[in-house]
Amino acid sequence: MQEPELIPHLFRTEYRKIVSVLCKYFGFEQIEIAEDITSDTFLTAAQTWGLNGIPPNPVAWLYHVAKNKAKNYLQRNALFTKKVAPEIKANQDRVEKEIDLSIENINDSQLQMMFAICHPAIPAEAQIGLSLRILCGFGIDEIADAFLTNKETINKRLSRAKEKLKEEKIRIELPRAAEIDERLEMVLRTIYLLFSEGYYSSSQNQTIRKELCDEAMRLCAMLIENKATHKPEVSALLALMCFHESRFPARQNENGELILYQDQDETRWDQELISKGAYYLKEAAQGNKLSKYHLEASIAWWHTIKEDSKEKWETILQLYNRLLQIEYSPIAALNRTYALSKADGKPIAIHEAEKLKLTDNQFYFALLGELYTGIDTTKAKQNFQKAFSLARTQTDKQAMQKKLENL
Amino acid sequence: MEQYALIMRHEDGTKVASPEQLQEWMKQTMDWIGGIAAQNKFVSGTGLPFADAKVVTTKNSKPIITNGPFGDIKETIGGFIVVKADSVEEAVEFAKGCPVLQGEGNSIEVRKIAKNDGVH
Repeated sequence: MQEPELIPHLFRTEYRKIVSVLCKYFGFEQIEIAEDITSDTFLTAAQTWGLNGIPPNPVAWLYHVAKNKAKNYLQRNALFTKKVAPEIKANQDRVEKEIDLSIENINDSQLQMMFAICHPAIPAEAQIGLSLRILCGFGIDEIADAFLTNKETINKRLSRAKEKLKEEKIRIELPRAAEIDERLEMVLRTIYLLFSEGYYSSSQNQTIRKELCDEAMRLCAMLIENKATHKPEVSALLALMCFHESRFPARQNENGELILYQDQDETRWDQELISKGAYYLKEAAQGNKLSKYHLEASIAWWHTIKEDSKEKWETILQLYNRLLQIEYSPIAALNRTYALSKADGKPIAIHEAEKLKLTDNQFYFALLGELYTGIDTTKAKQNFQKAFSLARTQTDKQAMQKKLENL
Repeated sequence: MEQYALIMRHEDGTKVASPEQLQEWMKQTMDWIGGIAAQNKFVSGTGLPFADAKVVTTKNSKPIITNGPFGDIKETIGGFIVVKADSVEEAVEFAKGCPVLQGEGNSIEVRKIAKNDGVH
């Protein structure tokens, strides 16, 4: 790899490792210092490598420089805070304790950082932003692009979240065994939101969207690799993401328009990811806990079989029935009603759909339009028109326009 | 929003129906509950299997244990679900869809759940 592409590549893979280790070392209250030292390390690399050429082992070089910069910082800091005797001692102790950039400590630090960031004290959106920055090494402009907003907004959101975590004196460590299930739920929720941000985002930047999905899967895989967090629902979430991601190559045409599930060319579904998903779904079947991720992963598995059958839709319907009992969401309610129409026919589904009354939801009217198609064209038209007027993105508007034309 | 228990009383299905029929009832019950959950009105549900049921009563201050809840009555409690509803009428609408009502003589009792507010 040549220098121009090497540094961005290393930034993506190494920034998050160095920043997690340093932040763990300094404590969360000094997270900005950890971020500055890490960024500064990459700046030094860009300057030095440009002049002297790329060192034989670039990663080791980065770790070495980051360590030295951290040590220098602590020594300078010790001079400034001389009056506060205990702190000097603490700092000196820390200087003597090596900054540990071994694979093991890198993994531990990242995992602990995941729990620190996915803390109930800060809003979900801020958790995703911080995860992207600290755990995935995304640039501020990339995060802004993913959220369809500007850099200032993201910067403000991230610094508010960091302040909050400092106020709460969040420690960078794994929760105790008694708390781990509850806290893990939060981590999984954030990972899934991160994935959905990439999978459903209206951002036109296909590369970033794919990377968001990949990063979410990487974080989930890290949880699986650690014994303390290797729980069935984690495997279920990874399975779910594998099944969704398998359709990534097939869900967009050359013009960047979304191709709906029914219209996708299934030969473009990634079979390797489907098998990987099946492996993790099997692994998730251990134990007797049935999480929402188990149900969603099972639904997603059935969707990897393109062919319609009575069994397919009846099973999907029953999975949605159970999912909704665990956790209601409008999208699950709509999908459940669609499955009902496939399993038991449109008239029954229309009767159930009319009860949902999700009248501010474009997809509700899109579903009603679909259900009335072939049964009552006037009503189908009315509903597609409502869906069209509620649609916020060009892609969604186009999809409804097409439905109206085909009536 | 209040919470209501919908208490199902019916015959012991295993005594009157084939396994296929039981499976069909199971689907209908799951679809009924799923339909309520899809409206975000489902709170919880508990099935009460008839097998291994006991009744404890007393006679002359001594406990007497009998098998099954069925003395002279054919319909007994087979389970209940708790739903959210704005009024008892809305809860009754949910109850109307319960597949248990297909059996002659079966019933659903709709009962408001007491709030822990010191009034009830």
